[in-house]
Amino acid sequence: MTVSELTRRIKGTLEKGFPVAAVEGEISNYKQHSSGHLYFTIKDEHAQIQAVLWRSRAANLIFTPQDGMKIVARGRITVYEVRGVYQLDVVELRPLGTGELQLAFERLKQQLAARGYFDAGRKKPIPRFCARIGLVTSPTGAAIRDIVNIISRRWPSAELILYPVAVQGAGAAHEIAGAIRDFNAWGKVDVMIVGRGGGSLEDLWAFNEEVVADAIYQSAIPIISAVGHEIDFTIADFVADLRAPTPSAAAELVVPTRREMVEIVRNYCYTIQQIATARVVSEREKINGILRSHAFNRPIDLLRQYSQQVDELRRTLMMVVMNRLKSSREQWTSLDKRIRSVNPELILRRGYVIVRRNGEIIGSSKKLKPSDSVHLDYHDGRVPAVIQKQGAGHP
Amino acid sequence: MTKTSASPRENNFEHSLKRLQQIVETLEEGSVNLEEVMKMYEEGVQLSRICLEQLQEVDVKLKRLGKEIGGSFKLFDETLEE
Repeated sequence: MTVSELTRRIKGTLEKGFPVAAVEGEISNYKQHSSGHLYFTIKDEHAQIQAVLWRSRAANLIFTPQDGMKIVARGRITVYEVRGVYQLDVVELRPLGTGELQLAFERLKQQLAARGYFDAGRKKPIPRFCARIGLVTSPTGAAIRDIVNIISRRWPSAELILYPVAVQGAGAAHEIAGAIRDFNAWGKVDVMIVGRGGGSLEDLWAFNEEVVADAIYQSAIPIISAVGHEIDFTIADFVADLRAPTPSAAAELVVPTRREMVEIVRNYCYTIQQIATARVVSEREKINGILRSHAFNRPIDLLRQYSQQVDELRRTLMMVVMNRLKSSREQWTSLDKRIRSVNPELILRRGYVIVRRNGEIIGSSKKLKPSDSVHLDYHDGRVPAVIQKQGAGHP
Repeated sequence: MTKTSASPRENNFEHSLKRLQQIVETLEEGSVNLEEVMKMYEEGVQLSRICLEQLQEVDVKLKRLGKEIGGSFKLFDETLEE
């Protein structure tokens, strides 16, 4: 008998003898092959058995198996002829009661806390105006609907970028983590909402997986977690920058309401107008104050003073001129009297005459010759005369 | 992993609003001269108008981020099934 023949007979016997078995035990040597198939050992204190979970079935897993986790595996016994081993071909793998999931949750939570994944100091602030919002959720779930509805209502100018992922089942955690990393690689969202609607502990399990925690922790883009209902807390919630109790609440956290913003903008505008108006009024007051001030009015004041001075000067000048005129007139009067006192007429009245020859006054007897025709000017008239003979000096 | 800018219209809103806030703060401080006050007043009123106009937009945009062969990213229009 060849090895192949023997192995084939063992295979036939074993596979017929153990059609389907459900086996309880603890996982060890857990490995996820790059092909997607899962390989591990199920053991108790005394024995162990190899197990394999094919990729197609792994997709239905609600959790990622971990070493030390207590599970119930249901499947058939198969023989792998090439290596001569028998193994459990797992059809269904479940944690041993929700208590086991709870334990896994607590265990991971402690590990991540110790690594500083939950430190408040490393949480990124959520921008006040998220223009582009990345959504890591199922394209068909309640979460996406709620988020789109609320954001349409509050802040319609926002842009929502969906990265569709499975949110439950074994592959979900990896899809979620991949989407978070892709959003970071793309880099064009302001914030991410990572979440899903409500469900059982098993349904939400993907958000308790370490890969998701890692992706959130490493994200440069702020992340809001929004998983299930208010009472559901997942690992993702602890690592995220902000936990929203529900997807709807997350939508409200990333955008303000339009009405709120209109109010704010109007207030700003009003304040600016108030301040500017008040400023103009106060500047005008200042200018008016200056106009009224003594300093500013000084030129006019001076002008008034000067013109008053000019008036005074003019008055003085007039007085001086008048006085001069008056004294001049007085002088003239006295001169006139004196002139009058030497008037030749007065002399003529006393019996003197003025002798003229051809109008010329003859003031000396020597200028006269015999037969000269002269005029004798008396004070009361003129008399023609003829000289008879030469005079001989004084009489 | 650089964070590039978001859509310009929205950035405008945020920038406009920030500038508006800045103007209000500066004016409240009261340390600028009248000419600057008037300039800020004009700018502020205009920014308010721009902001309010942007708040008029009505339709939220839903897109889907997908990867193309070769790993580059592309946005697709997305509508939710009724």
